[in-house]
This record gives sequence, C-alpha cells and structure tokens, in this order.
Amino acid sequence: MIRIQVEPFDESEAFTLRRGRADVGGLVSFTGYVRDFTQSADVTSLELQHYPGFTETEISKIVEKARGRFEILDCLVIHRYGRMLPGDPIVLVSVIAVHRDAAFEAARLIMDYLKTDAPFWKKEIGASGERWIEPRADDHAARAEWAEQEKTKP
Amino acid sequence: MARVLFFGRLSDAAGTEELLIPLPAHAGHLSDLKLLLVRLHPELGVALEDPTIRVAINQKLAPVISDPEIFDRDEIAFMPPMSGG
Repeated sequence: MIRIQVEPFDESEAFTLRRGRADVGGLVSFTGYVRDFTQSADVTSLELQHYPGFTETEISKIVEKARGRFEILDCLVIHRYGRMLPGDPIVLVSVIAVHRDAAFEAARLIMDYLKTDAPFWKKEIGASGERWIEPRADDHAARAEWAEQEKTKP
Repeated sequence: MARVLFFGRLSDAAGTEELLIPLPAHAGHLSDLKLLLVRLHPELGVALEDPTIRVAINQKLAPVISDPEIFDRDEIAFMPPMSGG
C-alpha cells in the first residue's frame, strides 16, 4: 500500500502490516526524518512538492520493482508532502517477508529508489527566502548500484 | 489547451507552476512547445535545455532523449531531478 499525504503519520503504522498474519518471519521498517538545517543557519522549514497522480504511479513502480526482485509478503510506503520541520518524519517504508534477507533488501531498494526516482521536489524556507534543493550525489550512486545489479543478473 | 506544468526550480524560471497553452490542431512535437516557451520566457528556454530535466506527457515519463508528439489536450510536465525520501 502506498499513501501520499500532507498529514504527519504515526511510525507505529509500520507494524500494522503484520496484523492477522502468522506467516511473517520478519518485518523491516525505515523512517526518514527532516534533519536540522546545518548548512543554512536561517532555514526554518522544508517544503515538499509532489505531482498528484504521477507521484503515486511512480512510487508504485518502485514497489513493484522490489516485489519483482525479492520475495516479500507485503509492503507499506507512507510519504508526506507539504511543509515540514526538523525532526518531522517524512517517509515510512515497512516490509514483511518470510525471510529476513528479503525484508532488509526490499526496504533498502525502495528507499534508494525513492531518493532519486520519486517525484518530489524539496525547498528550504527561511528568513532570507526559499531555495530548491538538488538531490545528493550519494543518493544517485546508491540507486545506480541497484541498476548495475539488475544488468548482471542471469 | 495544453496544460504545461513546471516543477521544482523550473517554476521560478517560468514565473508560474502552470500554463495553459493553445497548441495547433495538428500534432506537434515537444520541441515546438519548447520554442514557444522560450519566446514567452527566455530564462525558461535555458532552464529547459538542461539535460537533467525530465518530461512527462499525460503523467507518463518520456524517454530521456526524445521529442515526443504532443496534442492540444495533453498535460506536459517539466521536472528537474527528483528527490524523495
């Protein structure tokens, strides 16, 4: 399930995936938070823009990629948009599987792809104005690593 | 009318997040639209030539090097590199 929403979420939602199931061997959950804006002293908030409809579709493709590569039972992605403060959760990825490897790997793949392929655009807002943020080189390297692995698979 | 959307920093260059642009009745190409946009906003022309800008037509990503056909009823989105999470 994928939810794109402006409202904050409760991280405990990660564990709802397991409800009523006895076939789950393991659950892996990741939460991404808004960090302190150490780069720019006067930044007070972050704003995430999304493309309604398109954002959901593209995130579905990322989840399908994870499902295709790893044997997982179910997956929950919650991603916020709108204005956020340091310390606020932005994204939740929760995965359940029979075996732990698949749960860890799938959660990792989803997060690495969300960083570069999920249609969101971030803006820092502060006293001196607003500034769009470009993605980090590290994030692209992580995602490229998955694409490389895909090429070399038998 | 074609609905043209500008995301991220492109909305600064365009001066807006959305433009409604009438396109000719016959099919045109994305490059035609870009030429039209440059005439409206020269700053946008430079921004749109950035090779990292992706385009979606009716919410479907166009291949990186492409000049797809577009119609007057289409929704065309210009998107800088994305950062989710």
